[in-house]
Amino acid sequence: MSEHPTDAMRQTVDAVYGAESRRVLATLIRLLGDFDLAEEALHDAFMAAMERWPREGVPHNPRAWLVSAGRFKAIDGIRRRARFDVKLEAIARHLEESAQKDTEGDDHSVEDDRLRLIFICCHPALPTEARLALTLREVCGITTEEIARALLTKPATVAQRIVRAKGKIRAARIPYQLPSREELVDRLDAVLHVVYLVFNEGYSASSGESLTRVDLSTEAIRLGRLLAELQPEPEAIGLLALMLLHEARRDTRTSPEGDLVLLEEQDRSRWNRAMISEGCALVERALTSRRFGPYTIQAAIAAVHDEAATAPETDWAQIVGLYDVLLRADPSPVVELNRAAAVAMRDGPQYGLTLIDALLARGELADYQHAHAARADLCRRLKRTADARASYERALSLAKQEPERRYLSRRLHQLGAEDATR
Amino acid sequence: MKYLCLIYDEEKTLEAMPKDASDAFMGEYYAFTEGIRASGQYVAGEALQPVSTATTVRIRNGKLVTSDGPFAETKEQLGGFYLIEAKDLNEALQVAAKIPSVKLGSIEVRPVVDFSQQ
Repeated sequence: MSEHPTDAMRQTVDAVYGAESRRVLATLIRLLGDFDLAEEALHDAFMAAMERWPREGVPHNPRAWLVSAGRFKAIDGIRRRARFDVKLEAIARHLEESAQKDTEGDDHSVEDDRLRLIFICCHPALPTEARLALTLREVCGITTEEIARALLTKPATVAQRIVRAKGKIRAARIPYQLPSREELVDRLDAVLHVVYLVFNEGYSASSGESLTRVDLSTEAIRLGRLLAELQPEPEAIGLLALMLLHEARRDTRTSPEGDLVLLEEQDRSRWNRAMISEGCALVERALTSRRFGPYTIQAAIAAVHDEAATAPETDWAQIVGLYDVLLRADPSPVVELNRAAAVAMRDGPQYGLTLIDALLARGELADYQHAHAARADLCRRLKRTADARASYERALSLAKQEPERRYLSRRLHQLGAEDATR
Repeated sequence: MKYLCLIYDEEKTLEAMPKDASDAFMGEYYAFTEGIRASGQYVAGEALQPVSTATTVRIRNGKLVTSDGPFAETKEQLGGFYLIEAKDLNEALQVAAKIPSVKLGSIEVRPVVDFSQQ
């Protein structure tokens, strides 16, 4: 026991908040039928806990206590407002009657509430940016200010997206429900897409700023774990694997100076082995289901990289094969580009270059920085210095992130040095 | 709750359809309408004459301006609608996804304001 019981109690309440606030919120939204009402009730419930737990002790089931406290605080609040608006009285009565009927708190329904919350925040009827903001706010419990900082935008913008999304949920009556069997594939896709976007936002964030930013990659992995646990569909498992297998290399992707370090130059001894073995096991599990999709295939590609002890030992034949599978499942020019880069590693730069030139000639990737950078690298290896320079310059003109710009400038500089030594 | 499903089709595509295909398409519409009548979701529905028959009116500076054509020139044109009853957006979207034009054009689903709830 601490010498300051109030401090100790505050810590206890904070710990309960950290562990349970999202579950309590998810259940309150179902019980009260409204996001804002539920958030207010959540706040009131924790205020009540701070006040009463020091006197009465921490309840046996804090979560059920908080749900119940929040629910009745909300009903009280509606009652008070009903004095000015008769229509609210009916709502208060309805909520009270349903509160008397059900007994709260079996774990199954609590977990279903968490899934309901994820599915509604990622509803395909909401704009993508709003889904991202709403999921981070409601499911992860990140503040609007932190979300804005993480997404490099203004808090007012994030707040507006959330308000509009909640407005649409209310006006269009988007239900707080688990998807039906026939809706599930579509709806789960939408959820996985949001988790993937959150992960990428975090993963591509430049390291210099990461200290001040909420770690979105960690949040995405947490969400991915929750989904893989609550809705263990192959692609949910595949996405979790994909994120873990990339996250495992994260610390080695940038030098201490914040410069980009390519996969082949990374210090593999510093890769996170625990994440890699967990990721590989998940890939195996998703693959055996035979109902896997693009996330699982991408995870399998990442697994092949992660399992190679050194860069030259990478099994490029297997990677090209996996890209072929990916192209059938989810055709896109970017996947073709990645496949071309893998072909260059398997068969030699000339073969990859032929594919990339054909791809660039089609035009879709004309403004895609990585296509020009990949072409430049292959030209450099083939000693076609002038072509390499032109492509690096084109890539540099398209690059927006500082570490990528520095990497491309460095390459250009090295080309100059090679020229000088001839 | 009521939702309006606005049906947008490319008139050119429909006009270019051979007779048997267009008959089959109408047959699908007939079956769809029967289906939502039977399920109690149907409130109203109509098909519209092509946009070449549309007339748009506005009053500007107190003067009535009448012009030929639709409100906006778009690739797909409003060709009809269903007003349906559904318990929530998910149910409305499931109904909309069965409107035959969903395969050729687009269906916009809009919740209807219930003034008694305001």
